[in-house]
Amino acid sequence: MCETCGCGDPELVPVEVQEGLLAANDHRAKHNREHFDVAGVLAINLMGSPGSGKTALLEATAQRFERSSLSALSGDLATERDAERLSAAGIESRAITTGSACHLDAELVHRGLDQLSWRESDFLFIENVGNLVCPAIYDLGQDANVVALAVTEGEDKPLKYPVMFHRADLVLLTKVDLLPALPNLNVTAIEDALARTMPEPHMIPVSAVNGEGVEEWTEWLKKRRLGVARRWAV
Amino acid sequence: MHEYSIVRDLMDRVEAEVAACGATAVHRIQLRIGELSGVETDLLRSAYEVFRERSVCGSAELDISHAAASWVCSQCGETVETGGPLQCRLCSGPARLATGDEIVLERIEMEVA
Repeated sequence: MCETCGCGDPELVPVEVQEGLLAANDHRAKHNREHFDVAGVLAINLMGSPGSGKTALLEATAQRFERSSLSALSGDLATERDAERLSAAGIESRAITTGSACHLDAELVHRGLDQLSWRESDFLFIENVGNLVCPAIYDLGQDANVVALAVTEGEDKPLKYPVMFHRADLVLLTKVDLLPALPNLNVTAIEDALARTMPEPHMIPVSAVNGEGVEEWTEWLKKRRLGVARRWAV
Repeated sequence: MHEYSIVRDLMDRVEAEVAACGATAVHRIQLRIGELSGVETDLLRSAYEVFRERSVCGSAELDISHAAASWVCSQCGETVETGGPLQCRLCSGPARLATGDEIVLERIEMEVA
């Protein structure tokens, strides 16, 4: 009962919460990150539109590393095709089928890790559901966000999907072997759009078909992993 | 449509507070959503309408305030204007998002019998 005047109306009680709605996911992501750090594994959250070339890029990446050094979790709404492709390329992989969910979250990744001997690898790729919107806001515990952007997607995608790109540590401009067929595409315009959405813009043009840029990408991965090894040493 | 997942998390959080306070109903829920949070408030409202009927929020009003994106230099603290390159005009340092990525449950107003 209202204690102010005894009128019989229910009392309204305000409760200050001031808590992020993704706090539960963030907590699980922190847990995943601790696992990755302890194991000395560099975890990459690989995001991008459907068809941006994420799987093909990982297949090309596999050719530059020893078989046992890479592992992967592949998120898709349905089918295990990407995981099968990655396994065939020599990357130990498991699929995470999300049903109708448009993104992976830290809990799905944690469950996926249980089915994968990722601790023996140096790099874990978490190939997110193809989508330039939802995956960006869910921390999975990764060390870095890498976004695959195909040249066929056009120059303005970073400006149209700023949340995805502002959280990216690296953008891989994929399918650059197709550039001769796209005379109106201006790569400088893509770089300009990235400068307006990424605080520290970094883009590597790559082609899974002719191998262009794959070495620069693998060097980036190796350098990044040194940071994980240092954290572990500390 | 991750807004559905977010509303489900919201309902869990509100139900926990209702149980903790022994409330009989929820009167109002106040959220703060940032411009660069990746959450569409219209979709969030639609998702809320779907979930509220089966929850303690049946008669609760959803109040959403917006937080604009603002950037500051991560090195010297100078304001970095939006729209242009996200780099400090004074020291060339990279910008850091100061506000605009929040998805926050600010307060819940509950009825206590």
